[in-house]
Amino acid sequence: MASKIKIPNLPETGNPSVALSKEEITRYSRHLIMPEVGMDGQLKLKQAKVLCIGTGGLGAPLGLYLAAAGVGRIGLVDFDKVDLSNLQRQILFDTNDIGRPKIEAATNRLRNLNPDIQIDNFETRLTSENALDILKDYDIVVDGTDNFPTRYLVNDACVILGKPNVYGSIFRFEGQITIFGYPGGPCYRCLYPEPPPPGLVPSCAEGGVLGVLPGIVGAIQAAETLKLIIGKGEPLVGRLLLFDALAMRFRELKLRKNPECPVCGGHPTITKLIDYEEFCGIRGEESASPAQTSVPEISPRELKTRLDRGDDLFILDVREPHEFQICNLGGHLIPLGELSRRVNELDSSREIVAHCRSGKRSAEAVEFLRSAGFRKVLNLKGGILAWSDEVDASVPKY
Amino acid sequence: MAVKVIIPTPLRPYAGKQESVEMEAGNVREALKGLTTRFGELKKHLYSDDGRLRSFVNVYVNDEDIRYLEKEETQLRDGDIVSIVPSIAGGTGK
Repeated sequence: MASKIKIPNLPETGNPSVALSKEEITRYSRHLIMPEVGMDGQLKLKQAKVLCIGTGGLGAPLGLYLAAAGVGRIGLVDFDKVDLSNLQRQILFDTNDIGRPKIEAATNRLRNLNPDIQIDNFETRLTSENALDILKDYDIVVDGTDNFPTRYLVNDACVILGKPNVYGSIFRFEGQITIFGYPGGPCYRCLYPEPPPPGLVPSCAEGGVLGVLPGIVGAIQAAETLKLIIGKGEPLVGRLLLFDALAMRFRELKLRKNPECPVCGGHPTITKLIDYEEFCGIRGEESASPAQTSVPEISPRELKTRLDRGDDLFILDVREPHEFQICNLGGHLIPLGELSRRVNELDSSREIVAHCRSGKRSAEAVEFLRSAGFRKVLNLKGGILAWSDEVDASVPKY
Repeated sequence: MAVKVIIPTPLRPYAGKQESVEMEAGNVREALKGLTTRFGELKKHLYSDDGRLRSFVNVYVNDEDIRYLEKEETQLRDGDIVSIVPSIAGGTGK
């Protein structure tokens, strides 16, 4: 059903005045010899304008495949710099790119891959102020971002501008993929009217991702984008594709347009972009939890001084066992989730310093222990990351 | 009715690290109740303080969203698969 609908701005046939050069014919020959793409489809690709938001895990395979396929104009939006820990999955970058702006490294890589296409770069964070202006020139938007405020921003901007939004998101071994904002189809808010409150999103203990997962999900986004452009096949509209790499299983759920949707429903209440950080209940990604700001703390240097002095301090590590294996301060390991039932392992008469990776989970641990009657409990400020920065650089950061 | 409830990765830490749970339940409410009785910590992730299913957690019976069926009163039949599908935002794996 949905495949018959025309997407605004996308040509129904390739413009014959935009011919392919001899080199381009060779470059795209494996497309050209398939009737589903052919010359007509390849010319459509050449005239298409696609905006990729994010050049990280999802954006990497996406950008590479769109560029390789000959999408004539690709916009990239990112503000980040390449970090060593990105290279496990962000295959647009290599070791020499560490420290470079992602947008610069990505543009370079895509230009080398295909010099015949135009790459536009936007080295900026997508905001309510700039989103409509950046999105307006493109036919299709592909969402490869990594946070709820930007997800809702991209969704609302696409609905307002009437542009399809090829959506993919990942978590550990799982991915979700669909197309939002397709004419007559559902949007992100139809699926999830509201984001989770910050306290309920998985903490760093539960984060992480199998490096190849964004590769698979991003490649599916690329496939859907190319299908939309050439107008062939059945687009992933009204269907939420779930992928589980551990089980190696794809499942499909029905996704319906919500007639009451505040953005794309019959009587929309959101007709312009809003403050998405406020909507998502956060101010910046690293906003401190209430516990983090109110519990008694000790700085890494202070802890080092007191340990060297021989003070009797009990180091409590509230991370997960697999994190303890990466690096540790020789503390007693009780993961935060087990603390309430293992509290009897602790001696309330001793002074306890709790730590985790960054200080957030241990702040919760300190708060819990204080409520359980422990009087002498301190949180190691900044966690093992700060310890590595300020006291012992041989402790690896992860 | 013997049904299977599939637990998504982000909620597995609160559900004894299980991928799915088989149980007897006549409707979705009973299935979720069975789940939160067994795994107390799961409750605050599925329900808000006023006892409503959270709006970033969708529940499906087979491939249909219960919001478009009878919500939590949706009847279950033998062999039905109940999926809990929370919103995830990751894109780069931070």
